[in-house]
Amino acid sequence: MTDASTPLLRVTDVCKSYGEHEVLKNVSFSVAKGEVLVLLGPSGSGKSTLIRCLNGLEDIQSGSIEFEGNTISGRKEKDWRELRTRIGMVFQSYDLFPNLTVAQNICLGPLKVQKRDRHEVEQQMNSLLDEVQLSEYRNSYPRELSGGQKQRIAIVRALAMNPDVMLFDEVTASLDPEMVREVLELMLGLARQKMTMIVVTHEMEFARRVADNVLFLENGVVVEQQTGEEFFDCPSTERAQAFLHSMSPIDSVD
Amino acid sequence: MAPLLVESAASGAQVLFLGDNFSRLLGGLGTSLAISGLALLIGLPLGILLGSLRIVDNWVLRGILRVYLEFFRIVPTLVVLFLFYYILPREMGIQIDGKTIAVIAFALWVAAEISDVVRSGLISVPDHQIETGKALGMSGFQLLWYVRLPQSINLMIPAVLNLATRVVKTTSLLLLISVIDVVTVGQQIMETNRMAHPDAAFWVYGFIFLLYFIVCWPLSMIAKALEKRAKERNRD
Ligand SMILES: Nc1ncnc2c1ncn2[C@@H]1O[C@H](COP(=O)(O)OP(=O)(O)OP(=O)(O)O)[C@@H](O)[C@H]1O
Ligand SMILES: [Mg+2]
Repeated sequence: MTDASTPLLRVTDVCKSYGEHEVLKNVSFSVAKGEVLVLLGPSGSGKSTLIRCLNGLEDIQSGSIEFEGNTISGRKEKDWRELRTRIGMVFQSYDLFPNLTVAQNICLGPLKVQKRDRHEVEQQMNSLLDEVQLSEYRNSYPRELSGGQKQRIAIVRALAMNPDVMLFDEVTASLDPEMVREVLELMLGLARQKMTMIVVTHEMEFARRVADNVLFLENGVVVEQQTGEEFFDCPSTERAQAFLHSMSPIDSVD
Repeated sequence: MAPLLVESAASGAQVLFLGDNFSRLLGGLGTSLAISGLALLIGLPLGILLGSLRIVDNWVLRGILRVYLEFFRIVPTLVVLFLFYYILPREMGIQIDGKTIAVIAFALWVAAEISDVVRSGLISVPDHQIETGKALGMSGFQLLWYVRLPQSINLMIPAVLNLATRVVKTTSLLLLISVIDVVTVGQQIMETNRMAHPDAAFWVYGFIFLLYFIVCWPLSMIAKALEKRAKERNRD
């Protein structure tokens, strides 16, 4: 049912609240296949909440979420389960399964959830591990890896499901500075391979390089929505200007 | 004076080896262990099942299972045994032998205690681990099997071993429902030797103490060691 003009993901007027507290207010945007959308906004603006709504970890109160033209919001947990195999998600706190080796972490979803052929899955895992230069850690446990290595494995684990879109929620936020780079480079590589991605990040240089489009949220409201270049070079709202200013490195503050 | 004491001590100890006393005592211990073992064998899987159901999002089910647990917590084990041995068969008109009753009653008790151990183990697994599993498309059962159980089993094993020692110890109540366990045998031996060896009680109970100690001490040592290891492991 999809043609080239149907966005991969379309979010329309989504409202989300925790009890009385409205966290997302009429959020609308769409993401085309192969596009990288960067979500920016101050702490507490609702970025994580939004990204969690996109794979059904949170329910929404009104509005709709469409995937390839089909409405997926309000579906049953069972439908979401099916969908989640096509939506990769990587969290801030890597969250590898500590009781499983790297290889078992990567193969669990493809083998047990997608019920794919073991031989094929292992081949894919090997080439993914080669790409991120972590092949030698195949049989290591997560506790034997550095933070950056864990996060790259978490990304590989999501990629091994062959998702149509990847969601990243501040995946470098809890890494030591010297490990941030290897993870960001991996994501830039994915963007070059035309992976559709929605990325929450506080790394402004990276955001500028990776973003096709930017969605700027504040207090659950979309304040600004435009191409990456426009957003970073000439943000139209004062709020976005102030945000960019607050995020800029010390040395460029007069 | 002194030779007399030695002599009487020796004669008291003799009681243990008189006739087939020794093998009868071991046989009694065997009965206790067999009943404990069977109760654990049945109660463990049942408890894992009930414990897993206790984290399901259904308050009616959770309530029922909670009441089941509290019943076995509140009611003394002896009363449970009597209930199963004297009351239920009479009310329902069926006759079951004491050993079977003991296995059933203990298994249900074990299941209740294990369900709580399993439940608190399962909910100790951090939420973000569960969400990671969900994000990979896992079903509730897959989450249980591949994430929750493996990550909390280390916490559960020591509690299970501690429960096992409690079950073994509690089998000493079985004499009250006419099961010939090690304590029953001990009392029979003391009865028959009351005249010849008045101090038999000391030796018989001492020996029974030793037997229980030999069985339970390793269990609780292993539990302690595993507990320590679980704490270290969970630091990730
Ligand atoms: N489970 C929850 N229950 C109640 N309120 C919540 C919950 N999760 C988030 N919130 C609230 O929703 C708002 C948005 O939170 P969210 O985590 O989405 O912000 P964020 O933009 O990701 O912030 P940060 O940059 O700090 O990660 C916050 O005010 C937060 O307090
Ligand atoms: Mg967040």
